[in-house]
This record gives sequence, C-alpha cells and structure tokens, in this order.
Amino acid sequence: MEFAFTEEQAMIAETAKAFFAENATSERTRKAMANDGVDRELWANFCTELGLSGVGIDEALGGAGLGMVEFAIIAEAAGAQVAAVPMLGLAMVARALAAGGSDAQKAEWLPKLISGEAIAACEGMPSLDFDGATLTGVIDPVPHGAVADLFVFVSPQGAWIVRADAPGVAITAHTTMDQTRPFARVTLDKAAAEPLADAGAAIAAIHQGGWICLAAEALGGAQACLDRTVAYAKERIQFGRPIGSFQAYKHRLADMMIEIEQARSAVYWAACAADEGAEDAAMALHAAKSFCADTYFMCAGNMIQLHGGIGFTWEHDAHLFFKRARSIQTMLGNGNMHREQVAMMVLGEAA
Amino acid sequence: MKLGFSRAEEDFRAECAAWLKGQMAGEFADIKGITTLTAKAERRKEWEQQLAAHKWSCIGWPEEWGGRNASLAQQVIFAEEYARAGVPGRVNHIGIELAGPTILAFGTDEQKKRFLPGIAAGQTIFCQGFSEPDAGSDLASVRTKARLEGDKWVVNGQKIWTSLAHISDWIFVVSRSEEGSKGPKGLTFLMMPLDQPGIDVRGIKQINGDAEFNETFFTDATCPADSLIGAVGGGWQIAMGLLAFERGVSTLGQQMGFRNELDAIIAAAKANGSANDPLIRQRIAKAEIGLRLMRYGALRMLSNTDHSKIDGAALTYKIQWATWRRNLGELAMDVLGQMGEVTDNPEYEWDMLPNLFLFSRSDTIYGGTNQIQRNMIAERALGLPREPRGDV
Repeated sequence: MEFAFTEEQAMIAETAKAFFAENATSERTRKAMANDGVDRELWANFCTELGLSGVGIDEALGGAGLGMVEFAIIAEAAGAQVAAVPMLGLAMVARALAAGGSDAQKAEWLPKLISGEAIAACEGMPSLDFDGATLTGVIDPVPHGAVADLFVFVSPQGAWIVRADAPGVAITAHTTMDQTRPFARVTLDKAAAEPLADAGAAIAAIHQGGWICLAAEALGGAQACLDRTVAYAKERIQFGRPIGSFQAYKHRLADMMIEIEQARSAVYWAACAADEGAEDAAMALHAAKSFCADTYFMCAGNMIQLHGGIGFTWEHDAHLFFKRARSIQTMLGNGNMHREQVAMMVLGEAA
Repeated sequence: MKLGFSRAEEDFRAECAAWLKGQMAGEFADIKGITTLTAKAERRKEWEQQLAAHKWSCIGWPEEWGGRNASLAQQVIFAEEYARAGVPGRVNHIGIELAGPTILAFGTDEQKKRFLPGIAAGQTIFCQGFSEPDAGSDLASVRTKARLEGDKWVVNGQKIWTSLAHISDWIFVVSRSEEGSKGPKGLTFLMMPLDQPGIDVRGIKQINGDAEFNETFFTDATCPADSLIGAVGGGWQIAMGLLAFERGVSTLGQQMGFRNELDAIIAAAKANGSANDPLIRQRIAKAEIGLRLMRYGALRMLSNTDHSKIDGAALTYKIQWATWRRNLGELAMDVLGQMGEVTDNPEYEWDMLPNLFLFSRSDTIYGGTNQIQRNMIAERALGLPREPRGDV
C-alpha cells in the first residue's frame, strides 16, 4: 500500500505551500482584487522562478513532466491562500492543447502559457456557431475572461482556440462576487477561431484538468478555513475559557476535519486514477469535484460563523474563502450534475 | 503515490481468496452469508477451528503462536477477501484482535502459553468487560471492584454491552482494585473464566429483536491471582494499549459488507422504480461516493508508516463510517417504502436492509459515540483545549 506521497511529492508540497504562504498574502491578493483579479508578479514568479507551471505537461512539449498528483499538490497549495492566479485556465487550456492540439498549436501556445507570458481561459457553451473559419456566440461567464490572451471555447460540436485580440472578440469584465477569479462576458462576432485537431481528447483533458484543479483548490481552501479557525478557537477567550474548549464549537471543527479528510482522499484518488488510467477514473473526477466543493463551502461557512462578527467583516479574510468556495460549487458543473453522472454509472439512465 | 497493491500482495490475495471460496463452497457452505453476530454460533466456532488448522486464524501474529507474521497489507487483504467470500464475522474477533495482541504485548510468557494457543485455535472465545451502567463514554469511572484474597482475585460488580458473552469462555475485565481510587488510577486488568457460579450473563434484547449484547453480573466471582495483565493498578494503560491495536486491519473487510448493503439498495431501487427518482439518485450517488472515499481514506491511513505521532486522519474514520452507514439505513427505508417495515418472520427477524436500518443506530454509539469521536478529533488531532470536567 503506497497511497501516500513519495518523498519527491512531499517536497513539492512543501515548496508550493511555502511559496504561496509567503507570497500570496492577504495584502497582495486584495490588491489584485481591486484590479483585474490577477497578481501578475505572483504568477510570473510561479511560472519562471518556481518553475511549477509545467507540472503535468509532457517534458517533450516544454512541460515539467510529472502527473496529476503533483499538479493537485500545487493547486491545493494555491487554494489554501485563495491565490489570485490564472491556474484554472492553465490547467484546462494547456492540457487541451497537449491532448488535442496540432503540433503547430502546441508549439505556438504551450511555451507562452507555461512561461506565464500568456494567460488562458476556457469555457463551454451548449452551442456555438462555427462556419469553418470563425466562431459566433456569447460566452458568459468566463472565469478570468477579461485578462486572458487566449481562449479555448468548447461546445458539443467542437473545441476552438480564439485569440483575445482577434477582430470580432468583445470582452466585458463583470463585477464578480469572487474578486480573486472574476468573470467576463465574451461576445464573438465572426471571430477567427482555430479548431483543436482532436476536440474529444481536448474536452476530456479540460475536464480532467479543470475538475482536479477545482477539487484540489477546494481542499486547500477548506483546510485553511479549518486551520485558521482552530487558531482563533485557541486564542479567543469568552466566559473565562478559550472558545475552542466548548463542545458546541469544537464539534463543528471536528466535523470540518471529517469532511476535509474525505476530500483529501477524493482529490488524490482522482489524481492518481487519472495518472494510472484506472477504471474508476471517471467516477473519481465527479466524486472529487462535487465532494470537495461541498466540503469547502461547509468549511468556509463555518469559518464565518465560528469567528463571530469579525468573520463577517471585509477586513477579515473569511469572505475570500467563502466567495471562492461558492464560486467553485457552480463552476464546471454543480454538485447535482456530477452526482447524477455517478448515479448513471451505478443505476443507469433514469426512465 | 499509487492506488493499488503490489504484485506480490495481489498474489497473496489470490491465494486467500481461492482457499476461502473453496471452504464456503464445500464443508462450510451452510454458514456462508450469515450477517448477524449470533446465528449458528456452534458451527461458526467449528469454522474458526478450521481457520486455525490451516493457519488462517490470526495471520498477523508471530509464527510461534499460530500466526504467519503477515504484513499489515496482507492482513488487510485477507480481511477483504474474507468478507468478499461471504464468510461470517469471527465469533472470536475480540480474542483474535484485542485479547491476543494485548497478551502478546503485555502478558507474561506463562500467560502467552496459557492463552494464545486456545485463542488462535478458536477454542478460547473472549469477550470484553469494559462498559458499565454508569461508565459508558466515561469509561474511566468503572466501579466493578476487585480485591486480592490469598491466591485469587474476587470480583463484584456489573458490566454491560458485553457482546457475545453468552457464547464466550473468557472475559477481560477492567476493575477497580484500589478502594477509593477515582478515574484511570487504581484499575486492574483481569482475565476471568465466564463459566463459574459468580458470573451471571443476561441477554439484552436490541431494537432489531436480536440479542448480541449482554449484562454480565459478578458476585464474588474469582480468578487466580496471576490472571492480571500488567501491574496491579495499571489496568488503564493496558485497556488503552488494547484499543490501540485496532490499526484498521478490518476496515476494508468491513467495507466489503457495506458494499453488499449498498448493492442491495441499488438492486431494490432498480426493481421498484425508485431509481428514477432524482432525489433518490442523488442520495445513492452520495452513498457510492462516500463508500469509495472510505476505501481510499482507509488506504491512506494504512499507507501511513509513521506511527510516531497521532494520525489525525485515522481518528476521523470511526465517525465517518458510522454516520455513512446510518444514513445508508435511512436511504434503504426510503427506497423500500412502507413494505420495508414488514417482515414475514413471526419472530421479528428482519431482512438485510430493514435490519441495517435498525442496527445502524448502534454504529454511531458503540466503540465511542459520534459525540465522543468529535471530542477526540478536536482534542487529539486539532489540539483544542478540553472542556473542563466535573468532579461528581
């Protein structure tokens, strides 16, 4: 039984954790929130100095090799600080290119994405109108849509690359509840679009990268909510005792930990199953996305409640976790959708 | 990080699976699939002797005491295959999993020679005398008294929830040997034969109509002076050491039973059309996800080789499975509908799913209630301060 981090994986975890804890501070994240939602210096450092942006992408394609387990470790660390970085777009688009792009598409975009020179965003729509050269439709909302240089849009009919600066692309930034990953509306009016060579493979890679990224982020965020609330519970005195000594309080913290440990199993089951091509890999992805999102929201809600009034203030970081958690719950399919996929696997289609 | 077991471990799995399957298809076919703890107890004792004869009784023990020195992974695999083959649970699981390892760790050479061969061979069945009517969650407040008189201990008091005491041979008893002592001090851990005039075992009928639990009364009951494990007054350390032997070996086997229960619900839902109800579908999906996460959680716990510090994640396992299973029982009744509340057995015996619904109410109580589990997680894993304790 080796369902535990290897030494190398433990080292990556330590490095990534330290990097985000030190650099993705509340102050810097809030600065990004007041701007366009990206801490560009942080992202540049992550991509170049730390060199972890290519994890999970083949070395032959300019990536750093390794797999989804290592990628999840990094996304978990970023999520723990609600870091304002375009990691989700990278997770989906770089994988889509690697799995379904042509050689020219890979060569043009992967180095720029991995170096942080270009920011990517990705979104799916029930239908988009492709005429063989251009794409028309409204895609709304697109996470990090206003800062992206490159989009991959998918619909059941295919998957396409669209440059943000192409004629016919109009981007309107939304004021978004989660300011660490704000949305934009992208309107395409006969915008130049390049189909990805293998749309099926690209979409599968987008699902894998996106769901694991969000699940791991949620795990990191949930654990941070617990850690920060535990610290507060030990400090804060009421009725002459630390509030963490009251069972009504500590039991909620215990409940958070019970969910988080399951979420941890879910993330690393999904990541491992993806890397190994295990037969339960598809179920693992749906399980991880739905379970971790719910866990994060439960923990972030508890964080506010257990901090009392201060937890409801703008000044405290609790709302950063809470809003990110809410956002993740709906993003890339809500819990009911993912659980229905699991239900299909065990019960078949509903009559 | 890897999901599965090694090649050698899978070979071991194939070996035990083949043997167990053969037994359940042959000489012991009549006990295959029994899920209650009490049914056909005599035949099950014979089965456990058969296990011992083939060295499958206590594979984690050292070879000199009838074991195979099996690794943790092998023990887990064996437990999983044992359950998969439909073999009923061990009548002597307290002996094999708790009493034996306790004697191995803390007993004298003489005690090892006296007890271990019988436990391994399935001939000495043990039960556990911990809880009392006034010492449940607060185990350290036991009042059953033991005093040394010449060459024997004389014990008076009452134990409760002594599972399977009515079919056991021996009981280990946490007793208060120091007059006037309180809490974990002044306790002594004794091994007592049940077959004596001073011990009276009375069954307790449970909400599902079965009677696995007992009250065990001690009225000048005796055992020889050398029946204690550890030191006089050192019983609490032994009791705590004993509870630590549960290192999760049985988890995957237990989950195999849960798998069967969930499969029965899935089959029932498909058969009666409730599989088309979107809310039932969501709940079945949640149950499926929960069961898978339990498995991978257990594998994470078992893969952790650092035993120098508390494994916080492992502390969450009991409440996780107990709560999952209680929810599963409720889901079963919603799937079955009103006829789930009807049995065609005039003795008030229930099929698997209604029995699951009733029995699972005990899962969140025995072995530490959900509330005690939350205290343990909060205090031991999260390091939160204890709630001040009363002095009554």
